[in-house]
Amino acid sequence: MILEARDVHFSFGSTPALRGANLAVAAGEIVAVMGPSGSGKSTLLHCLAGILVPDAGEVLFAEQRLDALGEVARSTVRRDRFGFVFQFGQLVPELSAEENVALPLLLGGAKRPTALARAREWLVRLGLDGLGQRRSGELSGGQEQRVALARGMVTGPEVLFADEPTGALDSLTGEQVMDLLTANAREHGTTVVLVTHEPRVAAYADREVIVRDGLVTPLTLGATP
Amino acid sequence: MTVPLALLGLLEREPSHGYDLKRDYDAYFGRGKPLPFGQVYATLARLARGGKVLVGDAEPGAGPDRKRYVITEHGVSELATWLAEPVVSDPHLQSVLFVKVVLALLSGRPAEQYLDTQRAAHLRRMRELTEIKRTGSTIDALLADHGLFHLEADLRWIDLTTARLGALAREVTR
Ligand SMILES: Nc1ncnc2c1ncn2[C@@H]1O[C@H](COP(=O)(O)OP(=O)(O)OP(=O)(O)O)[C@@H](O)[C@H]1O
Ligand SMILES: [Mg+2]
Repeated sequence: MILEARDVHFSFGSTPALRGANLAVAAGEIVAVMGPSGSGKSTLLHCLAGILVPDAGEVLFAEQRLDALGEVARSTVRRDRFGFVFQFGQLVPELSAEENVALPLLLGGAKRPTALARAREWLVRLGLDGLGQRRSGELSGGQEQRVALARGMVTGPEVLFADEPTGALDSLTGEQVMDLLTANAREHGTTVVLVTHEPRVAAYADREVIVRDGLVTPLTLGATP
Repeated sequence: MTVPLALLGLLEREPSHGYDLKRDYDAYFGRGKPLPFGQVYATLARLARGGKVLVGDAEPGAGPDRKRYVITEHGVSELATWLAEPVVSDPHLQSVLFVKVVLALLSGRPAEQYLDTQRAAHLRRMRELTEIKRTGSTIDALLADHGLFHLEADLRWIDLTTARLGALAREVTR
């Protein structure tokens, strides 16, 4: 298991969002996380990714207690080993699309021309040729989301965390993006945790789990007693 | 049964031999379920009796495949009528599943688990279809898409039903 949540509890003030969530993800696996709105999917993703620290329980990444690390160490793990596509507020408005995509590379110490060249490759792959100079305010919602995806994948992360990465895309574009995301992940052995409410998107994953009321229900065909 | 009408549609392009009709049927519509030759000829014979196709004279050589079939005016008009009719919407799975859910609730069985199992089965099928789309031709992809959208609609219904199980249980066990 490369990534594991064990009996994770998390509350926002008095609102419990996770109430003993368990999830184990194998290296290279693509797992879809589904479930009703407000059930705790994003919170689970943020705990697994070391963005939120659980109130109780453990989060393990590569056999290491992620939740036990300090903020600085966790942010290093996030920068060097994870990629992110968030549900909301993704791009830096002051930067061009190209610079947004290059950002994780620049933060990791890459030279600017190299980083921008890699960023441009990803923009082309995602059908955004020629839009590299635009700022996020000058892009459509779907284009912005694809820029965010490029930014999540550009570093070739060990784990990609994607929260509704196709939410703003029409079904054809959404499919092309999922094709690319999963083909790329399979080629490089990237582990993907994908939150989505769309079954057609979840169908690109290897398996799915459902989050209900802050608990993870694995779905199996043999569940009937 | 769409086989007779599909054959009429293929015949409308040009007069054809049974063998050509079977080959094209399998290529466009066969998806892992090729049409047996026997069914092709039986269907063509029935269409001929109904005045929808004409059977040409046997060409030199042996075997049934030597005959060429031609669509008639009557055949064309039947085909056109059928094409223009909307297909009957089929809420089949939903009703079976609904019966199961209600019976499970009435007998205190785990309805939610049954729905989850159905959900898992649907998603597994959706993964298979997605794989077919990824690797297959445009025809494969479009047929797979048709299946995917239907399964997705079922899944939405399953989600909604799961969310309303409490209310449904109160209503049926009143
Ligand atoms: N920043 C926050 N402050 C307070 N409560 C929050 C905050 N973020 C989430 N919550 C609450 O925590 C619970 C879980 O939220 P979460 O965002 O994980 O849900 P989700 O499954 O991702 O939903 P959605 O499908 O709508 O994105 C909800 O009850 C939500 O209202
Ligand atoms: Mg969310």
